[in-house]
Amino acid sequence: MSDQRKIVIDGTEIEVDGAMTLIQACEEAGIEIPRFCYHERLSIAGNCRMCLVEVKGGPPKPAASCAMQVKDLRPGPEGQLPQVFTNTPMVKKAREGVMEFLLINHPLDCPICDQGGECDLQDQAMAYGVDFSRFREPKRATEDLDLGPLVETHMTRCISCTRCVRFTTEVAGIHQMGQTGRGEDAEITSYLGETLDSNLQGNIIDLCPVGALVSKPYAFTARPWELTKTESIDVMDALGSSIRVDTKGREVMRILPRNHDGTNEEWISDKTRFVFDGLRRQRLDKPYVRVDGKLRPATWPEALDAAAAAMKGKKVAGLVGDLAPTEAAFALKELVEGLGGSVECRTDGAKLPAGNRGAYVGTALVEDLDHAGRIVLIGTNPRTEAPVLNARIRKAWLRGAQVSRIGEPVDLTFDVEELGDGRDAFAKLPDIEGEGESIVIVGQGALMAEDGENVLAHALKAAADLDAKVMILHTAAARVGAMDIGAVTDGGLMAALDGAEVIYNLGADEGDIQGDAFVIYQGSHGDRGAHRADVILPAAAYTEENGLFVNTEGRPQLAMRAGFAPGEAKENWAILRALSAELGATLPYDSLTQLRQALVARHPHLAEIDTVPENQITSIEPTDLASGPVHTAIKDFYLTNPIARASELMAELSANAKLRFSDKIAAE
Amino acid sequence: MKIYVPIDSAAKALGAEDVVRALVQAAADSGQAVEIIRTGTRGMIWLEPLVEVETDGVRYGFGPATPEDAAAILDGTSVKALGPVEDLDWMKRQTRLTFARVGVTDPLSLDDYQAHGGLAGLRRALGLTGQEIVDEVKASGLRGRGGAGFPTGIKWQTVHDAQASRKYIVCNADEGDSGTFADRMIMEGDPFTLIEGMTIAGLGVGATKGYVYLRSEYPDAIKVMRRAVDIARGAGVLGADVLGSGRTFDMEIRVGAGAYVCGEETSLLNSLEGKRGVVRAKPPLPALEGFLGRPTVVNNVISLATVPVIFEKGAQHYADFGLGRSRGTVTLQVAGNVARGGLFETAFGISLDEVVNDLGGGSASGRPVKAVQVGGPLGAYMPVSKFDAALGYEELDAEGGLLGHAGLVVFDDTADMLGMARFAMEFCAVESCGKCTPCRIGAVRGVETIDRIAQGDADALPLLTDLCETMKDGSLCALGGFTPLPVMSAVTHFPDEFVRTKEAAE
Repeated sequence: MSDQRKIVIDGTEIEVDGAMTLIQACEEAGIEIPRFCYHERLSIAGNCRMCLVEVKGGPPKPAASCAMQVKDLRPGPEGQLPQVFTNTPMVKKAREGVMEFLLINHPLDCPICDQGGECDLQDQAMAYGVDFSRFREPKRATEDLDLGPLVETHMTRCISCTRCVRFTTEVAGIHQMGQTGRGEDAEITSYLGETLDSNLQGNIIDLCPVGALVSKPYAFTARPWELTKTESIDVMDALGSSIRVDTKGREVMRILPRNHDGTNEEWISDKTRFVFDGLRRQRLDKPYVRVDGKLRPATWPEALDAAAAAMKGKKVAGLVGDLAPTEAAFALKELVEGLGGSVECRTDGAKLPAGNRGAYVGTALVEDLDHAGRIVLIGTNPRTEAPVLNARIRKAWLRGAQVSRIGEPVDLTFDVEELGDGRDAFAKLPDIEGEGESIVIVGQGALMAEDGENVLAHALKAAADLDAKVMILHTAAARVGAMDIGAVTDGGLMAALDGAEVIYNLGADEGDIQGDAFVIYQGSHGDRGAHRADVILPAAAYTEENGLFVNTEGRPQLAMRAGFAPGEAKENWAILRALSAELGATLPYDSLTQLRQALVARHPHLAEIDTVPENQITSIEPTDLASGPVHTAIKDFYLTNPIARASELMAELSANAKLRFSDKIAAE
Repeated sequence: MKIYVPIDSAAKALGAEDVVRALVQAAADSGQAVEIIRTGTRGMIWLEPLVEVETDGVRYGFGPATPEDAAAILDGTSVKALGPVEDLDWMKRQTRLTFARVGVTDPLSLDDYQAHGGLAGLRRALGLTGQEIVDEVKASGLRGRGGAGFPTGIKWQTVHDAQASRKYIVCNADEGDSGTFADRMIMEGDPFTLIEGMTIAGLGVGATKGYVYLRSEYPDAIKVMRRAVDIARGAGVLGADVLGSGRTFDMEIRVGAGAYVCGEETSLLNSLEGKRGVVRAKPPLPALEGFLGRPTVVNNVISLATVPVIFEKGAQHYADFGLGRSRGTVTLQVAGNVARGGLFETAFGISLDEVVNDLGGGSASGRPVKAVQVGGPLGAYMPVSKFDAALGYEELDAEGGLLGHAGLVVFDDTADMLGMARFAMEFCAVESCGKCTPCRIGAVRGVETIDRIAQGDADALPLLTDLCETMKDGSLCALGGFTPLPVMSAVTHFPDEFVRTKEAAE
C-alpha cells in the first residue's frame, strides 16, 4: 500500500512514501531538521515550532515539517514537483525567532544542568541562537514536581514540548502526567501531585529535549563527555533490549536504551535503566571456601583446589542461572557432562521441551506484534515480565488489536478480554474475538506447574487452531541460550539434582538448594546461592564481560564488556576453564574466541547475531487438562535477580509499589 | 392588540423585562387586552428595548422604551414613536436573508417559523441527493462566516467524499470575539434556522449527528437552543425520521467552559470530546479526522444558519448578492464607541465609511472617529484613511485588514493605540492555550515589550516587530498568528503613538 511521491527538497529530487512527514522526508534526503516536540514514536503535537520549513506553493509562511505529510503537498501550477526548502532566509529567520522565544524563559543554567552536553536545546541554540538576549524582563519560573525516586524535575527548564505527557499516556499507558493552565501558566504537571506509577517512566528522561526531566540516581555524578559508552544488551528480562552502558573509570554511571526496532524500539524498563547501583553492592570480589561451617576468604588457587577436590569422582549436577552468558553455560555443560554429570537451566521448573525450539522459543517475532490483530496471553503478566514488550502489545491494542487472556486479571494498561484464570478457560479460545494475524504469548507461569508441558501442548494446539504464531515469553535472559545448547536433563530440575553429590551453581539464585550436597557457587553477588555455597568463585556481571545472550524470540545478541569486574572476580567462562584444568579435564579453549568457535560449530544458528531463525514446532500431543488456575511467574518486578536485589533503588521501588498497592486497598 | 418586545439578551440588558411588566400593568390599568409576543431583536440596539405595536398588520416601533413609556405606547401617544419598523432607514437599507425572521417571529414557535418560510429549505433538500445538496452550497458561494472565509461547499464536499461509518456536523457557537454578537442574536432570535441548516448539512454530507458548541457566557442562547431542539425533535424535524423522510438527524447543545481558544475549530473538537482545549496540529483536517476522529463539518453559526435560505430561495438568489469572491450577505456587527450600534445584514461590498459614519452615525461620544477594529480582537485597526475599503474577504485583506466574523468596534480620537496594541497582546497572553511556543511566550513578552515602548525605550520597537513576525510565522493557530495584526496595524497607522520620550526624571 505504499504511495511513493516525488518531491524536491532544497533542489534535490527524492522519492518517498506519501505518508511520511516532511521532517522524515528531509531526513531521508540527509537533511536534519531541528525539533523538540516531534518524536517518531509518539503522536504529532506540532507545538515547539522549531521544525519550520518553507513549502513552495503553500501559504506564504513557514510550515511545521513535523505535522505535514508529503501527500499534503501540492504540485506547482504546471505540475511541477512540490518543493520544500529548509535553508532559506525565511526558514532561518523563523527558527531563530522561535529559538529566541524558547531562550527567553529557559534559565540557561547549563553549567549546573545534567543535560548539558547532550541537550537538544543547547545544540540547537548553537545553530539558531545568539549569545545575548534582547529581552530583559524576569524569566518565568515554576515549581518542581515530585515524580518519585527516578525522575528529577527542574520545571523551569521545561519548554512544554509535551513529549513526556505523550509518552506516559500513549506508550506507558498511565495518566498521571498532563498539562494544566493556559498561556504562560500552562505547565507540565502530575495529576494531584502523584508520583508516576509505571515501570517505563525512566524513558521520559531520554525524551525530554532539555534538562527539565533528568535522572535522579545519575544526578550530578558525571558529564556525558567523560563517559565511556559501550553498546550492549540488557539481561534484566528476556527481551534482550539494546542498551548503552556508560562508565566512568570502572563504575557504571548509567544505562540508556539504544534503538532496535526488533526488540525494544527505543524504550527500556526502569529496572534495566536504574539497576546499576546493584552492580556496586553485595559484590563477590574474592573467592571463599567454607571452613568449619563458615565462609572464609581464600585465594583463587585455594578455592579452585577445594572445588576440584570436591568434584573429583563425584556425581555432579550443574545449574545454569538466569544471567549466565551462553558461553559459560556451554563450558559448564561440557565440563560437567565430561565428568559424567548433568546440567539443567530450567531452574524455575518451567516445563520447556528440550530440543523443540519452536515450542520453547516460539515462532513469533516481537515485531510481529506491530501487525497482529489478535493477541492471546496465557499465564503471563508482560507488564512485569517484559515491560517494554507490554508497551508494544499496548501499541497493537491502540491500533485496534484484540487482547485476550487466560490468567490472573492484572492491569496491563489496556483492555483485555478475560477468559478466566483457570485451565478450563482453554476451552474458550476458539471463540475469542478479533481478526487478522494472531499471536499466542505463553508465560513461564503457565509452564511451571506439574502439568506444565500439557498446558504448553494445549497452548500450542490452540495456536495452531487459531492459525496463530507462538511466543514463549521467558523471564530469564540466559534461558533460551542455555536451552539452545542443550543445558538440560531429561526429567528437568529434580532429575538433575537427584542423587547429586556436588552441585555446581552457575548463578542460579532464584531457588534454595535443599539437601546436603556440596555446593560450588559461581556468580557475581552475595545472594541466595552464595549463602548456601561451600566454595564461592567470584564472577563478572553482565556489564563486565562479553557474552552471548539469546532473547525470548530466539535472537542471539552480544553483550559487551563495559568495565572490569571488581576485585578478584573473573569472567565466567575463564573460571570454568581454570577449574577444568584443576580437574584434569581441560576444556579445549584458551580464549573466549576459541570457546565461541567451539560453540557455534555445535550450534551454527548462534553465529547469526541479531537474526532470528525460523523455528519449527514439533507438536506435543495434549492430554486432558487438570483443573486449577494458571499462574504468572513474577511476584516482584523490581527484585527478580541478584543484581536487582543488591540495588537500594530497586528495593525502594519495590517498597513503593507495595505501598501503592496496599494504599489502594485501604482507600477502597 | 399585539405587542412585540424582544427577549434577546441585549434588549433584556437594556430593560426589556421592566418594559414588558410595565406594559402588562398599563394594559390592566386601562383595561386593554394585549398580547405580548417576545421576539428576537431587530438588531437596532440603540433603540432597544424596541416595542412594536401591530396595527392593521403593520408593526409600529417605539424605542428606546422605558417602563414610563408604557401607557403612552398603548395610547399611541408616545413621543418615542418611530413609525413602521420596516420603513426605518436601518431596516430598509438591509438585505436580510440570514436574519430575515430575527425580530419578527417568536423564536420558539415552530408554526411562526414555518409561516415565515422556515423548513422550506429543508423540505427541498430532502428531495436532493447528498451531492446535489453540496453542489447547491457550492453554487451559492457561501464561505465560512466564522472568519476564515473558507468555501463552505468545498468543506462539505471533503466530508461528503470521506469514507467513514459515522460523520458529524459541529456548529461553532463559541462566539468569543469582542464586538461580535450575530451568533447569539440568531440563536436567541431564530434558533430553528440553525437547526434546519445543520440538518441540511447532515443530509448533504451523510452525518446523522450534530453538536452545537455554545459558549457558557450565553445562558439565554443555551436555554433557547435547548428548548428549540426539544421542540424540533417533538415535531419530527429532528430525530430518526426527519419530516417523515426516513432520514435521520439529531443534535445536541454542548456548553463550553469559557476559553476563547475553544472557538478555534480543533480546540473546540478537543473540548467537545472532553479533552483539554488545545489546538491540534493540522493536517489531519477536521473534515477528515474531526470529532472523535471521524469526518466532521465544523461551521460557524451564521454559515449554517444561512443554509436554509439558500435552499429556500435557490443558490443563485444568494450568489447574486455580494462582491468579487465574497458572495451573499455579510452580517455586520457594529459596536464600540458608535452612535448607532447593532446588527446590519447587507451584501458584501459596502464601504467601511458607510457603515461607521452613515449607518452608525459616527462615534457615540460625538468626537471624530479614529479607527475601527474589524474582525474581533485579532483584526486590524483600520484608520480613517482606509475607510474607503469595501467589506469583502479579499478586498479587506488587500488593505491589510481581516473581515473575520464581521464585528466592527469603533474608537474615537481619544483612543490610546499603544494601549490597544498592548491589550491585543495581553488578550492573547490570557487566552493562549499554551501549546505552541510563539503564542505562549510571544504574547507575554509582547506585553512587556510594548510597556518598554511606553516607557520610551527606543530599542523596543524593532524588537516588537521581530516578535510579531515570529508569532505570525510560527504560531500553530490563528490566535497567535493573528495577534500581530492589531498590534502591527496600530504601529503602522499610528506610528507617532509608539514614539515616547523618556520622562525627565530618569
